[in-house]
Amino acid sequence: MKLNFFLLLFIFFSKFSFAVEKTVDPNLIHKNLRCLVCQGQSISDSNSDFAQTIKLVVKDLIDEGKTEDEIYEFMSDKYGDWIVFKPRFNTQNSLLWILPYIALIFGGFFIFSFLKKRQ
Amino acid sequence: MQKIIKITILFIFLFVIGIFYISLTRDTNYNTSSLTNKEAPEFKIISFDNSNFFTRDDIKKNNYTLINFWASWCAPCKIEHPILMKLSQTKNLVILGINFKDKEPQAKTFLSELGNPYDLLAKDKNGKQSVRFGVYGIPESILINKDLMIIQKFVGPLSFEDYNNIIKIIE
Repeated sequence: MKLNFFLLLFIFFSKFSFAVEKTVDPNLIHKNLRCLVCQGQSISDSNSDFAQTIKLVVKDLIDEGKTEDEIYEFMSDKYGDWIVFKPRFNTQNSLLWILPYIALIFGGFFIFSFLKKRQ
Repeated sequence: MQKIIKITILFIFLFVIGIFYISLTRDTNYNTSSLTNKEAPEFKIISFDNSNFFTRDDIKKNNYTLINFWASWCAPCKIEHPILMKLSQTKNLVILGINFKDKEPQAKTFLSELGNPYDLLAKDKNGKQSVRFGVYGIPESILINKDLMIIQKFVGPLSFEDYNNIIKIIE
């Protein structure tokens, strides 16, 4: 009985993990990739030859079992960080990611001390 | 407190000016510098006559290989063709032509009319292989050495300056 229960659990979770792997949405990836030959359009918006090819490659990469991040990494590796609308967190981009939080903390502190002083 | 506020405002002002200055002076043109000095990607591309496949092993055999993406429908490819013909006469360099999203009869006519500079000829019918090389338009050429390192990437038609540059590298 116990064995059956664990077996059921195993099947359930293996199916669940399989379902998670399968949920890579190509449309979301297309929206996050920049069309390099277009004016401010994403791969999703563009009907250019380049966009069509990238869509085919994204489909292939998904079929190969690559995750969303791995696909962005593949594209960045080939075309540079410019191709992704959401830049990766690395030493070059760190300021871009950290600065809003620093501004939020400083802003909060500034407002807090200002209000405290007024009181 | 007043002093801190003034310093903070000055700091923010200088920071914004700094960001504007960096953004305005930065070269926003597509730059291939990040793609050079990298190892050539794994690829398996079918030959133009469907008889075999070309892989990285075919590049390892030569001191230098110039991979050229071209098509019969591409006008700039016609402009760079005389340079490729000149390069085909040089030793130490093998030219691998990859016919990009083209129709076979037109590609054959193109080569018979203008000459065939390619030592190896392959085709990329749907353009998927070109993505492996970071190609986004044609013509594009990639110079690779025996160790499979990408030495230079040429976006657009090869110029005489590029020709001299390639000769300097391979000699």
